[in-house]
Amino acid sequence: MTSHFSLMVIFSLFVSVVFATLMRDEPSEQLAFAGRLFVGFVGAGTLIGWLLYPLPL
Amino acid sequence: MRATTADRAQPAATAYLICAAAWLLPGLGHFWLGRRQKGITFLVALTLMFAFGLWLEGALFPFQVSQPLVALGALADLGIGLPYIIARAIGVGAGRVVVITYEYGNTFVIVAGLLNMLVVLDVFDIAKGRK
Repeated sequence: MTSHFSLMVIFSLFVSVVFATLMRDEPSEQLAFAGRLFVGFVGAGTLIGWLLYPLPL
Repeated sequence: MRATTADRAQPAATAYLICAAAWLLPGLGHFWLGRRQKGITFLVALTLMFAFGLWLEGALFPFQVSQPLVALGALADLGIGLPYIIARAIGVGAGRVVVITYEYGNTFVIVAGLLNMLVVLDVFDIAKGRK
C-alpha cells in the first residue's frame, strides 16, 4: 500500500478523476478521458522510472 | 449535462459568493450551479485525497514568511478549505519527517489543495457564463 508504485497509482487515479471531471461534461466522456489520463500518468511515471534506474552512475 | 442555474451568468457578487462556497467545501460551487455529478465527484475525490495525505503522515505547513517555500506549501494546503480547518482543529497534520511516507503525504495534501483551487476557477467561469 505504501510502495512508491502503489502510491503513484493512487495519486494518478485521484488527479485523473479531478482533471477529467473538470474538462469534460458528460460522464461517459469523463470516464474515457480519466482512463486515458490515468494510463498516461502511470505509463510516463514507469517509463521515467526505468530511464532513471541507472542513476546515479 | 448543463443545468439551468449555470446557463445564465451570475451577478459578480453571487459569482464570488459561489467561489467562496466552492473553496470552503470542494464541489459545493458546482452543486450550487446545478452540476451535481461534478460536485459530488470533487467532494469525494478531493476530500479523500486530502485525508489520504494526512493518513500518510503528511504535514499541514505553518504560515512562515521567513521560509517562503513553507508559506507557499501552507497556502496550497489551505486551498482545500473546510477539511483543512477541521484537520487543524482536531490536531492532525503534524507530519513526521522520519516516516517513509512523509513526502508522499505532503504531495497528496498539497495537490488536493491546488486541485481545489482549479475547481474554484472552473466554478467562476461557469458562474460568469463562460462555460
